[in-house]
Amino acid sequence: MAETAKRKTDIGPPHYGQFLPPVIKANYGKWKYHEIPRPGVLVHVGESGDRLYTVRAGSPRLLSVQTIREICDLADKYCGGYLRFTSRHNIEFLLTDPANIDPLIADLAAAGFPVGGIGNALSNIVHTQGWIHCHSAATDASGIVKALMDELIGHFTSMDLPGKLRIALACCVNMCGAVHCSDIAILGIHRRPPKVNHERLPKVCEVPTVIASCPTAAINPVRKDGKETVEVAEDLCMYCGNCYTVCPAMPLNDPLNDGVSIWVGGKVSNARTEPTFSKLAIPFLPNNPPRWPEVVEAVTKLVDVWAANAKPYERMGEWIERIGWPRFFRLTGIPFTKQHIDDYRHAETTFRRSVHIKG
Amino acid sequence: MSDDPRPTPKLDDLEKGPWPSFVREIKRAAAGNAMSEQLLGVLELSYEDRVGHWKHGGVVGVRGYGAGVIGRYSDVPEQFPEVAQFHTMRVNHPAGWFYTTAALRKVCDIWEKHGSGLTNLHGATGDIILLGTKTESLEPAFADLTEAGFDLGGSGSVVRTPSCCVGPARCEWACFDTLAFTYDITQHFQDELHRPSLPYKFKIKASGCANDCVAAIPRADLSVIGTWRGPVGIDQAQVRAYAEGGMNVGADVCDRCPSTCMAWDGQTLEIDNSTCVKCMHCINAMPKALRPGPERGACILIGGKAPIVTGAMLSSVLVPFMKFEPPFTELKELIGRILEVWGDAGKNRERVGEFIQRVGLGNFLEAIGLEPLPEMVRHPRENPYVFYEEYFEEEPK
Repeated sequence: MAETAKRKTDIGPPHYGQFLPPVIKANYGKWKYHEIPRPGVLVHVGESGDRLYTVRAGSPRLLSVQTIREICDLADKYCGGYLRFTSRHNIEFLLTDPANIDPLIADLAAAGFPVGGIGNALSNIVHTQGWIHCHSAATDASGIVKALMDELIGHFTSMDLPGKLRIALACCVNMCGAVHCSDIAILGIHRRPPKVNHERLPKVCEVPTVIASCPTAAINPVRKDGKETVEVAEDLCMYCGNCYTVCPAMPLNDPLNDGVSIWVGGKVSNARTEPTFSKLAIPFLPNNPPRWPEVVEAVTKLVDVWAANAKPYERMGEWIERIGWPRFFRLTGIPFTKQHIDDYRHAETTFRRSVHIKG
Repeated sequence: MSDDPRPTPKLDDLEKGPWPSFVREIKRAAAGNAMSEQLLGVLELSYEDRVGHWKHGGVVGVRGYGAGVIGRYSDVPEQFPEVAQFHTMRVNHPAGWFYTTAALRKVCDIWEKHGSGLTNLHGATGDIILLGTKTESLEPAFADLTEAGFDLGGSGSVVRTPSCCVGPARCEWACFDTLAFTYDITQHFQDELHRPSLPYKFKIKASGCANDCVAAIPRADLSVIGTWRGPVGIDQAQVRAYAEGGMNVGADVCDRCPSTCMAWDGQTLEIDNSTCVKCMHCINAMPKALRPGPERGACILIGGKAPIVTGAMLSSVLVPFMKFEPPFTELKELIGRILEVWGDAGKNRERVGEFIQRVGLGNFLEAIGLEPLPEMVRHPRENPYVFYEEYFEEEPK
């Protein structure tokens, strides 16, 4: 038998240096300024005078190896084999010859990739696995993203918005992907407590861990048929699913009660205003695959109202802050209900404790 | 691959429309891969049932690691036997997500051989996601990956794969070398990344400036945000050029300054740098005219997280300004002390931000050896319920 090679572990990622194109190596840390000559295209100018062009293309995030190879073919053809990806699932082609920009964009269009997502535009929708792979998803991710981006793609491929627009989707409150600070966030939710399988729970779950996992202390130990299991105080449960994460015997997924909520006004950056959480706008829309028309309609309307009313640079949250929440609800026609009022920890800090009421 | 593929009318509808279709991606992979073909069936079933069909993962992985593989099992294996086991491998990405086509093609070849042929570029933390394979393929895939120079990323209660923005590779605003830091810190914490030893996950993210393009403040337990000391650099001729080009410098730049520290009289832009909060707005608006100040470094913040368990948090200031150059010794030591203190006293699934809420930031600072600073708070406490550790007592006569 041939001697096997020593098993490698703990080598970490490959060093990024080997993947940097020559123009980046030559100008690393010595860039002077950048411009956005057209939607989806950046030009960075080094102190040396060198120019680096970036062409950004939207991707579905879920990529087959076949498609990745096609993307590589384009990077080979126009970029000397260099490319990168962004934190929002976009592809970036790195070029030095501006004559390659138009043909690259044409080839991308032929392959079905829109170019855009830079400047005062909608970038790609951050999302994760949904029903493609996740056990705790209250909704699908890719389906809603596809349906929404089909509708909103014009804002990706142009820069016609007052400011940046960042939309993100999380299939449940685990929020794998910074949904909690987005201009518009789509959040999958459950609306009924877990269904405990008392036969299975003693076999697969640690009761103290399950009890400790509940942020509202809604879970209590109980004996059933001589076995130690748990019960959920239903009026304390807000269906966060943390118990299910530590105990597979108490699932929450429920087609009638699961659905989607819409949140607005969050922001990641420190520019002008501080990082801000998204706030609840629409408590519940049903799961209606394959295209979730209610979600698409609601989000499109929010984008349209913001785009029509906001001033230059005003993100959704900044615009709402200026006009006030009462006017936001009137302009959008969204009902304000009991669910909109916070009732978790420090809820009183969210009440209006002054008479500063905008008309 | 099978003779009679299940019809997928709901998913087929999502092949229409101008945005690139994930359904097309699954079908491309499915043409040569039974796992991906059955994934289509599972997903169509979910679209009919309006509920997911995956079970909790068990403990699967590669030998010697406790992280990097997400176990996943179908809850309808009799209908979809090829995805009865459908685990994900997380592969630590190169910092800044830079690739050569040669390297990316190698990853494709490995995944076509061992898995579904489906990937996510990338997962939310930053890893390359290799989506779906069987338990028996994990070791051989891992062997091929390491041979190609790649390693697994983090999952579970570990230091998760660090991520950063594009940094000095392309951005004129990067106040420190985000790529060098991210590579360095990832290598430094290899053991903590592959072998769970912490109460819960610990995420490290680095953005070169306050724009925070990698969303470190909302998401990372330990956020590194580039900042500067000293005056914002101004090229007055370029400011005038923006104004002549149609920019409303007064309304759109000066009036939007959170410190109202800017003045524009049509000829000269003035900034009162003593109250500037380095928010990046004016620089964002006029990249040819303005630039970050001369003394560059980083602000370190702690405690960002998503809602589970006790609510979402934004990370808060721990070190207002740190000179920040390789080998980043000061921050490595600080993170080491944080992991030790929280690792020791944190509860199960208690993120460091929640731990700080429970024990008190003041006590946490003492434990990790930092002095309290006014930069850490918006304002001092408003409630009078103050703890003291020692009392005075009357001496017995």
